[in-house]
Amino acid sequence: MEKEVTPYVDQWEKDHIVPREVWKKMGDEKFLCPALSSEYGGIGGDFLHSTIVIEEISRTNHSGLAAPLHNDIVIPYIEAYASEDQKKKYLPGCVSGDIITAIAMTEPDAGSDLASMTTTAEEDGDHIVINGSKTFITNGINSDLVIVAAKDPEEKNPHQALSLYFVETGTPGFEKGRQLVKMGLYSQDTSELFFSKCRIPRENRIGEAGSGFIMLMEKLQQERLVVAIMAVSAAECILERTIPFCRTTIVSGKPLSKSQAVQFALVELAAEVKIGRTFLDKLIADHMEGRRIIIETSMAKYWTTDMVTRVADRCVDLFGEYGIMEACPAIRAWRDVRIMSIFAGTNEIMKQIAGKFMGF
Amino acid sequence: MFELSRSQKEIQKAARDFAKGEFDKEVTLELEEKREYPEAVWKKAADLGFIGIQFAEDYSGGGLGVLDGCLIAEELCRKDSTMGMAITFSGIGSEAVFRFADNGLKEAFLPKVAEGEMLSGIAFSESSYGLDVSSIQTTAVPEGDHLVISGKKTNVLNGGSAGFYVVLAKTGVDDDPAKSLSMVLVEGDRDGIGVTDSGEKLGLNMMKTAELSFQDVKVPVANLVGKEGRGLSQADRFSNEIRILLAAQALGIAQGALDRAISYVKQREQFNRKLAQFQITRHKIAEMATKVELSRLITYKAAVGFDSGKPDAALISMAKMSSARMAVQVADEAIQLFGGYGYMKEQEVERYYRDAKLTELLFGNRGLQSDIIGEAVIGKVK
Amino acid sequence: MNILNYTDKHEDFRKRLRSFLAEEITPNVDQWEKDHIVPKSAWQKMGKAGFLCTSVLPEYGGIGGDFLYSVIVAEEFSHTLHSGLAASLHSDVVVPYIESFASEELKKKYLPGCVSGDIVTAIAMTEPDAGSDVAGMKTTAVEEGDEIILNGSKTFISNGVICDLLIIAAKDPSIENKHQAVSLYLVDSGTPGFKCGRQLEKMGWHSQDTAELFFTDCRIPKTNCLGEKGSGFLLLMQKLQQERLVCTLGAVFAAERIMEFAVDYCKNTVVNGKPLIRSQAVQFALVEMSAEVKLGRTFMEKLCADHVEKKNIVIETSMAKYWTTDMVNGIADRCMDICGEYATLETSPLVRAKRDVRVMSIFAGTNEVMKGIAAKFMGM
Repeated sequence: MEKEVTPYVDQWEKDHIVPREVWKKMGDEKFLCPALSSEYGGIGGDFLHSTIVIEEISRTNHSGLAAPLHNDIVIPYIEAYASEDQKKKYLPGCVSGDIITAIAMTEPDAGSDLASMTTTAEEDGDHIVINGSKTFITNGINSDLVIVAAKDPEEKNPHQALSLYFVETGTPGFEKGRQLVKMGLYSQDTSELFFSKCRIPRENRIGEAGSGFIMLMEKLQQERLVVAIMAVSAAECILERTIPFCRTTIVSGKPLSKSQAVQFALVELAAEVKIGRTFLDKLIADHMEGRRIIIETSMAKYWTTDMVTRVADRCVDLFGEYGIMEACPAIRAWRDVRIMSIFAGTNEIMKQIAGKFMGF
Repeated sequence: MFELSRSQKEIQKAARDFAKGEFDKEVTLELEEKREYPEAVWKKAADLGFIGIQFAEDYSGGGLGVLDGCLIAEELCRKDSTMGMAITFSGIGSEAVFRFADNGLKEAFLPKVAEGEMLSGIAFSESSYGLDVSSIQTTAVPEGDHLVISGKKTNVLNGGSAGFYVVLAKTGVDDDPAKSLSMVLVEGDRDGIGVTDSGEKLGLNMMKTAELSFQDVKVPVANLVGKEGRGLSQADRFSNEIRILLAAQALGIAQGALDRAISYVKQREQFNRKLAQFQITRHKIAEMATKVELSRLITYKAAVGFDSGKPDAALISMAKMSSARMAVQVADEAIQLFGGYGYMKEQEVERYYRDAKLTELLFGNRGLQSDIIGEAVIGKVK
Repeated sequence: MNILNYTDKHEDFRKRLRSFLAEEITPNVDQWEKDHIVPKSAWQKMGKAGFLCTSVLPEYGGIGGDFLYSVIVAEEFSHTLHSGLAASLHSDVVVPYIESFASEELKKKYLPGCVSGDIVTAIAMTEPDAGSDVAGMKTTAVEEGDEIILNGSKTFISNGVICDLLIIAAKDPSIENKHQAVSLYLVDSGTPGFKCGRQLEKMGWHSQDTAELFFTDCRIPKTNCLGEKGSGFLLLMQKLQQERLVCTLGAVFAAERIMEFAVDYCKNTVVNGKPLIRSQAVQFALVEMSAEVKLGRTFMEKLCADHVEKKNIVIETSMAKYWTTDMVNGIADRCMDICGEYATLETSPLVRAKRDVRVMSIFAGTNEVMKGIAAKFMGM
């Protein structure tokens, strides 16, 4: 990261994309899909390896290289539900960095209400025809392979209508739309995707027809945990940059860190970060033991993302007027972390889920 | 007490209509991207009398008060947080000229500001952190009929674009800044001024911020703004006036974010219902609306106090601190209500959020405002 | 993954304690709240059943249990919904000073009684003019031959009325350096010159006999000094980590009890034709509070595990003390709001809980002091 990523992030932020070559380098070093079984070329590690990748990317002070999405959100669907043929076809490339993945669920009119999506997948002989559009897709532009959620228009029950499909970039009828201009995550190639009579082989369906929601339910625990890891790591990094600033900046003849108010602020932020970290570590351990921790991961997702937003905001404040400059070490993070309480299920949805599973 | 006068309501309406007619989201986004000042809109605003409303009419001003200035700032920022801030900051520093300078300086510069011909800036801080009076090193040394200015200033809004800067410099030898600092007006085209662009900002990129270096810059002694040695107390009073402006900008930003949020939740549907039909949505809007009201009350009260000739520094800091904080909170919640769209530049609420954050950081962060308020409220402690 | 690994022995202890509390303590709590005191007999019952001073070694009559026993006591105690019988204070805050720093003779003399509940202890540091600024205390301990003469007063002392044995912090007036002047001494309650003043009327903790204590030429043997003379602050520093952890336990467990009540109340209370819990705002509030409690609990457990391993966790325990006590106060407040006017009645457990938790951010070092300590140890 220190050699191949950090020195380039400022440029990637300007370019609004991370070059493909970086993914390839990640793959060469076996940093992609570290938790995947080694038969596909990776190291055959575990979720702790994934956690390490997430934490080390946080230190680079950018969010464009969405390896965690690829490693820990998309690939698990393939690993768990794809056929042997599909796995052999795609996984080696996912490990090597030749295949960059994305997952497309959200639509312009279907965000929190995923079941109301309108992208359809209709059988037509040996093919399936996909029509519709997706938005806010991470890795949209760079992706070679997208897992697309689409529904069978014939199926009345929205929860049984959904299936997941592999769609390769370059498939006729699959267009990548404009890159979305965002408040932060400048180096992330988030974009819209359009499917217009896009024909894919029937074999590209993942798992059973209509099993989309069940697959999502199974995998969302990890997705939320990944976001929580990102949030806590980001908070730790922001604080790590702010404390030295406070120690070395002299105002009215003494370091900022000698001001009681600044000390209390830093202590309060550090406490929240520690508490978040402790909770997170426990959930990582529970998750690795195979425990079902839907309530706790939903809580962790919302709490840690709210926390990092608070931490970023207060740290920027501690930088004083310097905080108005992009050059300020906390500003990019302030812009980047704001999305965390929205993606991977808004924090309101997280509370709803936790409430439901708590029996409210 | 809680009702605006008829003329104030007219000013409010005029500002609102102006913003509605002249502000264009695409133009703002483009100017932000290019970091270019909205000259065309600024000049129109000046023509209609929205710039320098507090100056006496002799100087092309409106002859009105800070409250009127607040109403304008609120309406402009409500419609477009960035454009609103850029226009209401166009003459930053000219307030000090109006309040403290002699007639000669006022006549020479204020009409240009009020008529949209000249931008101005202030050069007080010497550290990127912000103003720390005890560490000001820029000097203004008398040399015959002139003052020679040397030093470096940071965080200069309109740095490089301003027709003049109000500079805080040491004219005296006393160690106590309360006795040795003075305000000097320095025209932007004087020899010896170096401008270094400070780069992109969190928000308000259409206004440049720069570092200025002064290398033996000569200005006539007549450029002294106010009294020699009274720079600090003048800067304090000036800061009060700007903090009220910041509070009003924040108020407008909060109201604008709230407007957009309400509009969105009434129209966006998920789960077969409008977002507005969820109780949580209503509760969030309720908190946001309450904050906007609180912000309005304290900001107007601070402005009225200023206009009555008795500015209450503690109240002004309270207004700036709370109004800015609430603006950040309201804009933050607005983003959340917009969901994924809230993060997109196109939807604007993220820009309101960033601009709100600026109002919190400029002219003293929370810590500084709290220091001021605490000291004033507690009084002298033996 | 369980952070705390309770053994079968721990679980047996918990079962017995739970039954004991349900039978002998909880039914009497309302009366004790009215009486503003817990009878000595309750302490003795608890002691005889083996639930006090679990860390005391068998040679002094205890079970030599680890800190997990203390955690169990704090947790089970929270179900009694009162704070008067300050068992955790006695067992895990005061008696440890005797266990660690008293002479062999004093340990043999007092520890068995502490375990049995025949000796109830208290610790006196705070004074009317010395709260957060402990070093500013004025109570003096002047050496005279084989004796120490105590003069001064202490306030806000828990167990002040019923205590049989007191640990008092007092200073040698002849020593300049405030931090080297203080020593800790044991004082028997019957000692002439030691008087318990009025019991203090408080917002909460009604069944707790918090009192002022007065010392007028009170003579105690020199040998009643704990540790070296002048070592008061050093001894305090060694024990305060546990004291703050005990406060954290109290806060987290109180929060869990409050949440249990609130969730139950919301499920069973119908407003405008539907249970309160059907309201989205109530659901979100309950989720948010539950999340905070879980976060606090996990942090607390991790610190308990670290503490059992004897790690130095001064920063973390200071943080935990302030964060969890602020948290439980926030929860008590919000639950009252959700439960509406009912929550204003004394009959609702929420009222006593709200009144009781308020002191938690103040005692054992205010939360501001906690932040100052954390800042200092973080190197600021």
